[in-house]
Amino acid sequence: MSAVQIPIEKWTGNIHQITLGGSGGRKAVTVGGESTLPFLKFEGEIPNKPAVAIEILDCAPDDWPPHLLSAWGDAVSDSAKWAKKAVEYGADIITLRLRSAHPEADDTGADQAKAVVDKVLSAVDIPLVILGPGVAEKDNEVLAAVSDTARGQRVALGNCEEKNYRTLAATCIADGHVAIGHTPLDINLAKQLNVLLSEVGFPIDSIMMDPDVGALGYGLEYSYSVMERLKLAALGGDGMAAMPMICNVGVESWRQKEAKSIEGMPDGWGDSERRALLWEEITAMAMLNAGANIVTLRHPKAVELVKATIDKLINGKM
Amino acid sequence: MELTGIQIYKFLPKTNCKECGFPTCLAFAMKLATKSVELSLCPHVSDESAQQLESASRPPIRLVTIGAGERKIEAGNETVMFRHEKTFFHQTGLFVRIKDTEPTDAVAKTAAAVSGYSVERVGREFRLDGIAIDNSSGDAAAFVKCVEAVKSQSNANLILMSNDPAAMEQALEKASGDRPLIYAATADNWERMAALAKKYNCPLAIYEPGGLDALAELAGKLTDAGIEDMVLDPGARDFAASLTTLTQVRRTAIKASFEPLGFPVIAFPGEGSADADEEAMLAAQQIAKYASIVVLDSFAPEAAYPLITLRLNIYTDPQKPIQMTPGIYEIGQPSADSPLGVTTNFSLTYFSIAGELEAAGFPSWLLVCDTEGLSVLTAWAAGKFDAMRIGRAVKNSEIADKVSHRKLIIPGGVAIIKGELEEELSDWTIMVGPREAVDVGPYLKQNQA
Ligand code: B12
Ligand code: SF4
Repeated sequence: MSAVQIPIEKWTGNIHQITLGGSGGRKAVTVGGESTLPFLKFEGEIPNKPAVAIEILDCAPDDWPPHLLSAWGDAVSDSAKWAKKAVEYGADIITLRLRSAHPEADDTGADQAKAVVDKVLSAVDIPLVILGPGVAEKDNEVLAAVSDTARGQRVALGNCEEKNYRTLAATCIADGHVAIGHTPLDINLAKQLNVLLSEVGFPIDSIMMDPDVGALGYGLEYSYSVMERLKLAALGGDGMAAMPMICNVGVESWRQKEAKSIEGMPDGWGDSERRALLWEEITAMAMLNAGANIVTLRHPKAVELVKATIDKLINGKM
Repeated sequence: MELTGIQIYKFLPKTNCKECGFPTCLAFAMKLATKSVELSLCPHVSDESAQQLESASRPPIRLVTIGAGERKIEAGNETVMFRHEKTFFHQTGLFVRIKDTEPTDAVAKTAAAVSGYSVERVGREFRLDGIAIDNSSGDAAAFVKCVEAVKSQSNANLILMSNDPAAMEQALEKASGDRPLIYAATADNWERMAALAKKYNCPLAIYEPGGLDALAELAGKLTDAGIEDMVLDPGARDFAASLTTLTQVRRTAIKASFEPLGFPVIAFPGEGSADADEEAMLAAQQIAKYASIVVLDSFAPEAAYPLITLRLNIYTDPQKPIQMTPGIYEIGQPSADSPLGVTTNFSLTYFSIAGELEAAGFPSWLLVCDTEGLSVLTAWAAGKFDAMRIGRAVKNSEIADKVSHRKLIIPGGVAIIKGELEEELSDWTIMVGPREAVDVGPYLKQNQA
């Protein structure tokens, strides 16, 4: 019996490495850089483990289910307090979503956004991801303003979309931040946006991509395969597919019925709190196995479990 | 491997004698590739070629059936490393372990709960596949008693776990009709376990934690002993070891066509994790990364449900999205003046809009058009969700009898078809709804005022 010859992949590319923070007194978090598929250390290097971001809002959430809201108590009424709590719960990064600027929320403007970013930056010393409300004009208004507030702190700003990236890209480059390019579940669109962002002058170590998360049971398989394909393309040497991937797992998971419903569900759904948590945790697990470099979560318990899991995958003997 | 006609042709005599009933060897080869004829129709193919053809067409991972009744499962026969390359074919079998050291009433209770677990999602029934009975006591009588207790409560598939061939044989006496998976043959007991697998015609798992060389060697010995239906347990338990080892086994089987590792793999996430939550995470990883059978140590519906959902996602054929049956769907308990929307029969699309309507608390009607399983914009771009198709769907359904109004809401993404649809459905008012399902609540609130 001959010894087993395990086929080894000889990858020619690697994921670009990106550092958030690391200046202006802010701690550095570096992601990406790997030259192998997720957690497969037998055929490549993984210089940085995936990071976990905790998402907070700039206003009290109005659509968060009780199991999620209760985990944060009254911290949700003050973004600075909330951010500090998130650090206690183990966040590597804070993702601050400027929800109040949404026309359907309070339609707040640049001043309010600057104030809250300033507050959060002073409250914690870990890196920030700052997301706009997701409406083009408002994104441009508030993100351009906070880019200035955060100058020197190397935060990540998003989202750049195919149809709306120029304004944000310009301020991001000027202020030395990282841009997040978001595309809807499509490998070619993702690569194309990376090309567009490179063409307007972004250094290669300043672009992250959000290929879109479908939550468990809500299109997860599309995200999973798009991410695997991007990772394979990157390792195969395609530099425009090699941006680190950030996955907003929390927002997608906690929107779903399985995470929100508490009463009146079939017996087969079991305990509502643990089910809701597992919805976020298992979505994160799938994204990590598909190649996520940052997963953004909402529930502290999910953060704890996902971080423990990442450590076991990174440090475990093979 | 699925062979193409051209690949099969290489093994045929290439004389075009027509005795098989086909004009040429190539034509016959093409037919063989579709599996609609048997090779035996050609009287001239040599035994050697026939054998080569058989081994070339053998799947890189053997298809193994576990169980006998209508709940039996198939494991293996996978052909790719990544689901986008084709699809994953045989979804991970999910089992729950029961130990024979547990009190009989607890055994019966768990067995009934696992076997009876059933819940519907995306129009499908979610179930677990079976129960693994572990001879933890080391006592044959206790093992047999546990098997009987499980069988009295369950018609699910079985895995019998014992390293003691004598205890295994006694359990098989009770359960071999169910074609359980025998777990496991080891370096020490393999000859006797192989004899049992043959005598009772059951699939056999191999447990060999000493590395893939040792595992392959043991699998080779069992193959030589005439065992065909095997399942591998390489003993890799924790997150990193499981991912690495299961990837290596799958890759060696598929990419190197290495037959001794060409069998489905079984995993035990409970043995590689600190608690039930970690177990669920590890099970999730193993569903995605290459376990054909996962045996859970803890059963809880709130963990089973997301794991089965993940399994469905991962094993969905990327070329064939899950579809809804076209027709009229009720959200909540709609009345004749409840709002009516139209959507596509891609189940993800349907469940997005249906879920939001439900969450927003609006009883309503949804007319689901046949778009061959495509989402709103994809179907529109493909010409499968245009004014003509929607018009026809409205006219051919009984929706006009169910609602007293004549207002039809279309997804905002296809606002552009409003005009044409108004021509198509002249007695209807076409209303353009929001683009995103999440905004449907506020939209309906506004339009009711
Ligand atoms: C995945 C995907 C595919 C998959 C198909 C998946 C499927 N089963 O449909 C594949 C890869 C097969 C595919 C193929 C194509 N695609 Co495509 N695809 C997508 C993608 C990335 C996501 C679509 C999706 O699943 N969305 C999620 C579902 C749930 O969304 P939805 O159905 O629209 O439903 C939402 C709303 O419409 C609303 N809603 C639904 N029903 C209702 C009802 C009412 C009453 C209301 C109010 C709201 C509402 O609720 C949902 C949630 O908000 C989109 C890009 C994007 N993000 O949209 C492109 C996209 C839809 N595709 C596009 C195109 C062009 C194509 C192709 C023609 C590409 C090509 N050249 O081959 C083909 C056509 C298909 C064919 N001929 O077979 C274009 C369409 C452009 C346009 N504006 O017309 C898009 C927008 C990409 C782009 N920007 O170019 N695609
Ligand atoms: S019988 Fe055999 S040799 Fe003759 S044509 Fe058919 S395939 Fe060819």
